[in-house]
Amino acid sequence: MATLSTAVQWSRRTFLKVSVSAAGGLIAELSWAAASSRKASHQEYVASLGAFVRIGADGHIVIGARGCEIGQGVKTSLPMLIAEELDVPWSAVTVEQLSYGLVSSSEPAGFASKYGPQGAGGSTSVPQGWRDLRQAGAQIKWLLIQAAAQTWHENPDRLLARDATVVHPDGRILTYGELAKRAASIPLPKEEVPLKSKGSYRVIGQQTRVVDAREIVTGAAMYGVDSTAPGALAAVIARCPYFDGLVIHIDDTQARQIPGVRHVVPISGPRAGANLDRNLAAGVAVVADDFWSAHKGRAALRVTWDRGPAAQDSTDALEARALAALTQPGKIARQDASVESARRSATRVVEAQYIEPLLAHATMEPPNALIDLRARRALLMASLQSPDGASRMISAMTGIPRPDIEIRLPRAGGGFGRRLANDFVAEAVLVAQAVQAPVKVYWTREDDLKNDFYRPFGIHALTATLDSRGSITGWAHRVAATPRKYRAAGMEDDPDWIGCVDPDGFPAGCVPAYLSEFLPVDFTRPRGWWRAPLPTFSAFPVQSFVDEIATATGKDPLTLRLEMLGNARELDYRDHGGPKLHTGRLANVLRRAAREIDYGRSLPPRHGIGLAHHFTFGGYAAHAIEVAVSEQGELSVVRCACAVDVGEVVNPLGVEAQIMGASIDGLSTALRLQITVKDGCIEQSNFPDYPLLPMAAAPDVEVHILDSGFPPSGAGEMGVPTVAPALANAIFAACGVRIRRLPIGRQLQQSDT
Amino acid sequence: MTIELTLNGRRGVSFGGDPQMPLLWYLREHAKLTGTKFGCGIGYCGACTVHLDGAAVRSCITPVSAVAGRSVTTIEGLGRTGTLHVVQQAWIEEDVPQCGYCQAGQIMAAVDLLQRKPDPSDADIATLTNLCRCGTYPRIRKAIRAAVRLRRSQAASSRTNG
Repeated sequence: MATLSTAVQWSRRTFLKVSVSAAGGLIAELSWAAASSRKASHQEYVASLGAFVRIGADGHIVIGARGCEIGQGVKTSLPMLIAEELDVPWSAVTVEQLSYGLVSSSEPAGFASKYGPQGAGGSTSVPQGWRDLRQAGAQIKWLLIQAAAQTWHENPDRLLARDATVVHPDGRILTYGELAKRAASIPLPKEEVPLKSKGSYRVIGQQTRVVDAREIVTGAAMYGVDSTAPGALAAVIARCPYFDGLVIHIDDTQARQIPGVRHVVPISGPRAGANLDRNLAAGVAVVADDFWSAHKGRAALRVTWDRGPAAQDSTDALEARALAALTQPGKIARQDASVESARRSATRVVEAQYIEPLLAHATMEPPNALIDLRARRALLMASLQSPDGASRMISAMTGIPRPDIEIRLPRAGGGFGRRLANDFVAEAVLVAQAVQAPVKVYWTREDDLKNDFYRPFGIHALTATLDSRGSITGWAHRVAATPRKYRAAGMEDDPDWIGCVDPDGFPAGCVPAYLSEFLPVDFTRPRGWWRAPLPTFSAFPVQSFVDEIATATGKDPLTLRLEMLGNARELDYRDHGGPKLHTGRLANVLRRAAREIDYGRSLPPRHGIGLAHHFTFGGYAAHAIEVAVSEQGELSVVRCACAVDVGEVVNPLGVEAQIMGASIDGLSTALRLQITVKDGCIEQSNFPDYPLLPMAAAPDVEVHILDSGFPPSGAGEMGVPTVAPALANAIFAACGVRIRRLPIGRQLQQSDT
Repeated sequence: MTIELTLNGRRGVSFGGDPQMPLLWYLREHAKLTGTKFGCGIGYCGACTVHLDGAAVRSCITPVSAVAGRSVTTIEGLGRTGTLHVVQQAWIEEDVPQCGYCQAGQIMAAVDLLQRKPDPSDADIATLTNLCRCGTYPRIRKAIRAAVRLRRSQAASSRTNG
């Protein structure tokens, strides 16, 4: 994901430098003390080893979790990587969340990340940790072995680490607790140390439960919205409902009479047309002693808005513009041979258009941010996905040097890409500056649905040319969509089509002639990353269209897919997840999903099975979904099976959870969800009109994890893209209705089946 | 006007603020019990579920005046000191939480269901309307069934030991 390119790049050099100073105790001690007041009483007894590990004289082992925990499980899986190489039993480990870590650096000049990448996006946490966190654990184990060698006057190569002890060939042992103090005085190795091989894993690959589940189920876990600071005021903001609109007049007479209301302050929004790198909307903040007073104060405000340049716009108009754009030539992202020539010599041409709506993220915990700007320092406590972006933004807005900005990373109540933007942090900064006090900005659900960075709307026009034997000779995928880079800071130099077309995705390289083309369409609302952003956007049209070709040619959809994938080979893939896409891995997940659902068996009337496969950020997934559609058009999902190859699996229980959840996210979205705009305003306001799937409609999900032996790809997003097309293909198989517009909504009830 | 209530077993807890304040915000900002979460503010998603006199209510639409003289139990008061409720145990056992934000409400709703239906059918479980954005529903179903088994085995062992 492009957003991640702004993160501090992690290099081995940086890691070693930082760790050496951390091993001296100072930097790590400071940050640990800040991160963990709960364990503060232990501080004097513990040795800090590197940036991530503390070992007490009593043998107590604490491993720091660096990532933003948004429900993807990194608070468990990343410390597991360290524990593995450190050779400590997982049951003996206490995990503590680290704060955002930034240190000044001279080489290169600027700042270095103390802990490596801490953001959450693009399913990158585990692949990155696979490279650096295992090495961090191994280096600390190396220190402990050196310490034992010094104690015993023994050659370190003769010593073994096992279960938090170092073992001498004669059977003597020293515990890590006994060795920690001495180990902390030894410099870290200058070279990387060898890592374990797959057969010797004792933590990696084990079914491991959420490490802080007890805190979650007892209500003790702290989320961003649970943060407190002495003297902090609560703020809610009345935002202009028209994008790029302005505040003309504020009547706050009533609002100021609400007990507890302290301040009413205007908040400026982005300049029309400028990059959307801070808050999204002009508005009026009501600041009070508590949320309820602020909320009542907001309800009592009378604000007159200048509706701005977008007051006439709507998603209906957007759709008309997109259809018109498709009649014109666009920007070519990839072209292999000539689809036009293929069309001229084709026996048959298949064409279809697919429409995908705007989507909101609707994280269960709405955005919020608590910031304390007093004394030329900043303390931010919020549910985040991009603490690095928040650090840069706060510094740019306040002039506070980045090392003086402390950012704590409480659990986040979901992310899905919403918190890659820090607009809510910008609001907190603006309000805190205006009222000169620490402020917690709260968002309601209505605020959330109406002020999001939406998944772009798009119309996909697909064409396949066929020869006399029904073989595909050409494939064109033209996308009319609102450019992802529209007013997006940091994306100015990206091609216009980035995030909207997938030029190297399937079936590129699998068909003789191929065209990937983008038609930009103007729209005013901001666009963002939404869980597996481009794969989710692309897989629905591509994988639906494969089935349409199968229908047109009388081929079986599974057979056609396997034919198209061809021999197992690597194809170039230039976007995130590349540089290669392995067709054999795609075929394997597809075959596995088909086998698990017993594809090809005879089904009851009005039942159907649909398949889809997709490559997402280096991971491979296929869904096989069985549905039943009644005569009245009532749809039920009978079975939902997903096969994934995400390479090496760190925590199978966590991967299963991610794929299960992603499958239900995909169903919820395909069946029910869309954001629409009318007269410049978002029409949806809360869950009744953005109706997430409830328990009663959510099927069990059968998750099958393939062991391919490749390095890990991460797993948070791979399960979403294939759901909608597999579902649409199953619906067609069940009742002959082809879904070409999402969400499915009431289309089945309204069609003649 | 001062409202008195019993909160997580503590009698005579009083609140002198706005009687129209939703119970949720009283709990979170005044009683400092932040385990109960805000999700929608309209009683739809269930993230704010607590027990009022033992039955599940949505605290975001329950004015604090409505709990005067009554007993409120939140996620923090569900287990006895040092011991988790079987539903909490089952939630850990089945590894239910992902982001975890809705789970306090899910657990309070599940406890309420099990009080009414000690051995709930699939259809009974499907009546739970709490939303989960992470899609943990399959594991919630498993955890509810696990809680039923856990309670039976604990009851059996306490009979044996008793």
